[in-house]
Amino acid sequence: MSDQQAAASGPPVDWVVEAGKIGEFARAVLNQSAAYEPTDAVAPPTFPQSMALWRARRGSARRGGGGGGGRDMRRVLHGEQEFEYVRPLRAGDVLTATSHVKNEYEKEGKRGGTMRFVVSETVFRDQAGEIVAYSRGTTIVTSKAATE
Amino acid sequence: MTVKEGAEHSETMVEKVDRAMFVRYAGASGDFNPIHWNEDFAKSAGYPSVFAQGMFTAGVLGTFLTNWVGEDKVRRFRTRFTGQVWPDEKIVCSGKVTKVYEQDGEQRADIELSVTNEQGERKIDGDATVVVG
Repeated sequence: MSDQQAAASGPPVDWVVEAGKIGEFARAVLNQSAAYEPTDAVAPPTFPQSMALWRARRGSARRGGGGGGGRDMRRVLHGEQEFEYVRPLRAGDVLTATSHVKNEYEKEGKRGGTMRFVVSETVFRDQAGEIVAYSRGTTIVTSKAATE
Repeated sequence: MTVKEGAEHSETMVEKVDRAMFVRYAGASGDFNPIHWNEDFAKSAGYPSVFAQGMFTAGVLGTFLTNWVGEDKVRRFRTRFTGQVWPDEKIVCSGKVTKVYEQDGEQRADIELSVTNEQGERKIDGDATVVVG
C-alpha cells in the first residue's frame, strides 16, 4: 500500500457533527448566515472536509502538525473535491465515516516528471446505518516541486 | 432569488484576499499545510507567496451558492481547482442554472459554478445539484 493509500484508507471513524464547529467553519468561509447559529444548525456544503483533515492530522501531530502525514507538502496539490448529500448534515448527527482509495494513476507532468493522482472516497452513515453523504477527493503528488 | 433554467448570478465575495483568511480557515478546517501560511515554506516550494487553501476558496463558493439557493438545498457540490488564489486578489463567484428537472420526487436544478479573480482568470470550475423550492 502506498503512503497515499495508507493516508486515505482506514477503519471506520465516528464523527459527531458539532454546532460550535459548524459556526466556526461557516465564519472561516465568510458565511454570515444565521442558519449556522442554532444548536441543530445545518452544515455548510464543504463542512465534511474539516473531519477528514482532523483525522489525517492525528498521525502527524508529533511531527509538528504540518498535516502531510509524512508527505512533502510542497509536492501535494488538491485537484478536485466533491460532496454528495442524501440529506443535509446537521449539528447533533452522529455519523460513521469510512474511507477508501477508489483509483490511483500516473500522468506525465507538463514540465517533465510524473504526477500521481489518488482518488479517495469517504462514505458517511448515520446511526441506523443509512448512507447520508459522500465526499470524493483527488490529490495530485508531483515528482518535482514548483521550482525544480 | 429565483432558481430557474438560464438564471445567472454573480457576486464579488472578497474584495481583497487577506492572509488572515488562510490562517482562520486552517484553524477551522484542520488544513495546516504550511504552504498556506508560512511565507518561507511557500517560497522554498517555488511559489511567490503563500496562497489560499483550495478548500477555502471552494468554501467561499459554497457560501455564494447557499446564499443563493438556501442552506439546506445542496445535494451535490463539486469543485475542480484550476489556479491558486493569491493574497490581494478578488474572489468573484458566478453561477448559471443549466437544467431544472424532477428526480426522487423533488424538483432539482443543476448549476454551473466558477471562481475568478478581477482579471477573469479561472481559479475553480464547479457544479452543483440543488433542490428547488
